[in-house]
Amino acid sequence: MELNGSQILIEELKAAGIEMAFGIPGGAIMPFYDELMKSKFPHILTRHEQGAAHMADGYARVSGKVAIVVTTSGPGATNLITGLANAQMDSVPLIAITGQVATNMIGTDAFQEADMYGCSIPVTKFNWLIKDVNEIQHVTREAIRVATTGRPGPVLIDFPKDIQITKAEYTPRESAESPLPALREYPELDTEGIDKLLEAIERAERPVIIGGAGIIKSGASTELAKFAKAAGIPVINTLLGLGGFPGTDDLFLGMPGMHGTAYANFALCECDLLINLGARFDDRVTGKVSSFCPKATIAHVDIDDAEIDKRVHAHIPILGNVRDVLIALNERLVPGDYDEWRQTWTDWKENYPLQYDWDGSIKPQYVIDQIQEITEGNGIYVTGVGQHQMWAAQFIRFNDPKTWVTSGGLGTMGFGLPAAIGAKFARPEKDVWLIDGDGSFAMTLVELATAATYNVPVKVAILNNAYLGMVRQWQELFFEKRYSHSHYPENPDFAAIAEGYGVKGINVTDVNEVRNSLETATEHDGPVVLNFMVNQEENVWPMVPAGAGNDEMQLAPPSREAKS
Amino acid sequence: MRQVYSILVNNHAGVLSHVAGLFTRRGYNIESIAAGPTEDATITRIVIVAIGEENELDQIAKQLRKLYDVREVEQISYNQSVTRELILATIKAPINRRSEIIQLANAFGAQVINMTDDTVTIEASGNDHKVRTLLKAFKGYGISQMARTGMISLPYDGMPDDWEPIA
Repeated sequence: MELNGSQILIEELKAAGIEMAFGIPGGAIMPFYDELMKSKFPHILTRHEQGAAHMADGYARVSGKVAIVVTTSGPGATNLITGLANAQMDSVPLIAITGQVATNMIGTDAFQEADMYGCSIPVTKFNWLIKDVNEIQHVTREAIRVATTGRPGPVLIDFPKDIQITKAEYTPRESAESPLPALREYPELDTEGIDKLLEAIERAERPVIIGGAGIIKSGASTELAKFAKAAGIPVINTLLGLGGFPGTDDLFLGMPGMHGTAYANFALCECDLLINLGARFDDRVTGKVSSFCPKATIAHVDIDDAEIDKRVHAHIPILGNVRDVLIALNERLVPGDYDEWRQTWTDWKENYPLQYDWDGSIKPQYVIDQIQEITEGNGIYVTGVGQHQMWAAQFIRFNDPKTWVTSGGLGTMGFGLPAAIGAKFARPEKDVWLIDGDGSFAMTLVELATAATYNVPVKVAILNNAYLGMVRQWQELFFEKRYSHSHYPENPDFAAIAEGYGVKGINVTDVNEVRNSLETATEHDGPVVLNFMVNQEENVWPMVPAGAGNDEMQLAPPSREAKS
Repeated sequence: MRQVYSILVNNHAGVLSHVAGLFTRRGYNIESIAAGPTEDATITRIVIVAIGEENELDQIAKQLRKLYDVREVEQISYNQSVTRELILATIKAPINRRSEIIQLANAFGAQVINMTDDTVTIEASGNDHKVRTLLKAFKGYGISQMARTGMISLPYDGMPDDWEPIA
């Protein structure tokens, strides 16, 4: 049959089971939008293209499914860059389709022309500029394959306006073909590495597991729990690995690194075997590399060969899909005797718990504790970036994978609200809580309009300290309290803003109202913004200063540490 | 440390941007880059000489292999390959020194391709060592203009590891 370019692209997306789009139309993408409507392709109209990208990101993180992000050419497309970079850093699949000026106008500085092919090279896994209608079928299939296989990531298809309307003969995918051919392309299982790791586990006296995003993405959390429990090895989860192991389990040691738990960092410093399952040794995890796990044999399982030996040398490198590796390990696991080690880290957990003082003000950690309590760890938790994000990572005890949505690698302030909306679209049956900072929230709060329009009942808790809190914390500790441009004394009334968007808004200034307001928000049938005026000077502890080793962790403010 | 990468890529628009962009983005230093068709019209060979620490050089190869259009990356060690570079150089040559310059060019197997009242332009090719030696030899006369292709390279097929190349 004869179809135009837009129709062919939509047919291919549908055939692959893709059924969600976020975006905003404009001049160079109008023919495609026309076909989107005609074909009844589900589409959410956002208020900013960055929001559309973060929505698709949140959607993918909780559902494992891919959504498309559609924008016009030029500014519409360049507005995606942050969203693509964010997805690239955290290995999240999404497919951006950007309108482009007509092929005969490319390179002439035409109205709303931007070189999106060039712009998106560094922030995508791969990208295409379609110059011929006959390429669309192949490119779309490849785009979906690249985004979803191996280590996932974002891709971009730049789609010139004339190609969108050019007609061509189209043969649909044969029905016998699976919707996503070769959905999982993994490297061959490295059996030699697995043998070495099994030997090391048997020999070890103080082993520790560090589980990263690879556990979540490969669906390996059940295998991980089986492995850790059978072996009796404690588990640390990186920021993006949270939810990969039950937060309430005795074996759980929390998050490592800059704002990790004391006991996780102690365990890293003292362990004699580190089993890294799908984490990439980010600098926020390792601190100074030369003092990272100084006593340990390091085993590193990763699906991406380039991550192995990138920052930390692996004595036992294992290339492979984490889940496959865990299955193989579970078949032949012979644990050593770790009783003494268990006593050591159990004592650490008891003696150095996460804590905060109680002084009558609203402590941000308290609000998070209360959110954890009323959702019983069964919600989906989304954050922006900054202090609130670290507190959420520390204090929420996750029960399940894919219930934690946070911007790790890129650290994108403003990620929270759109990501929460995307998450709620993917899992409407779940309570979705956005824990955000006032700085982060203000960057993309325009998407409240999207939440209101589509009645997406996300619950927002702004931990409002009227500061760029993490910047303020660093200025207090490392810049002699010179608070250079980190203060927002004239913050807007966020509850009033919410109401202006047609979203229920409540300002909370009294600590005794915290619980009530959270319950009101839960019961309200629709989106809610709770604006908690929290203690402005609260800092995140423990902390490993930037560039220092994990052994130089400060447990508490210098004043408090001196007293104890 | 210097390392030669022989990279076979799909002959698509934008491939060179992806490869060159990778080096810039990750802070790797390119000493030279040369690209051209291979015996298969759908495949281009890009030869890059890069400088870095040993660990970094392996990382470059791994990152290159991840690129969608990259089919094959070979890290070529010097004694396992034939490498060549073409060089054009205009040497300052006053009449009284012209013959010694031509003699020197001959010694390197270089061709004289142009001559003016006070310059001699030569064309030479060779491996890295030869090109460096040649440039050193002519440096004293003064090189007023120079163009180099960058290194191209092919592995020797079927040679044992300890094989010593003639050239």
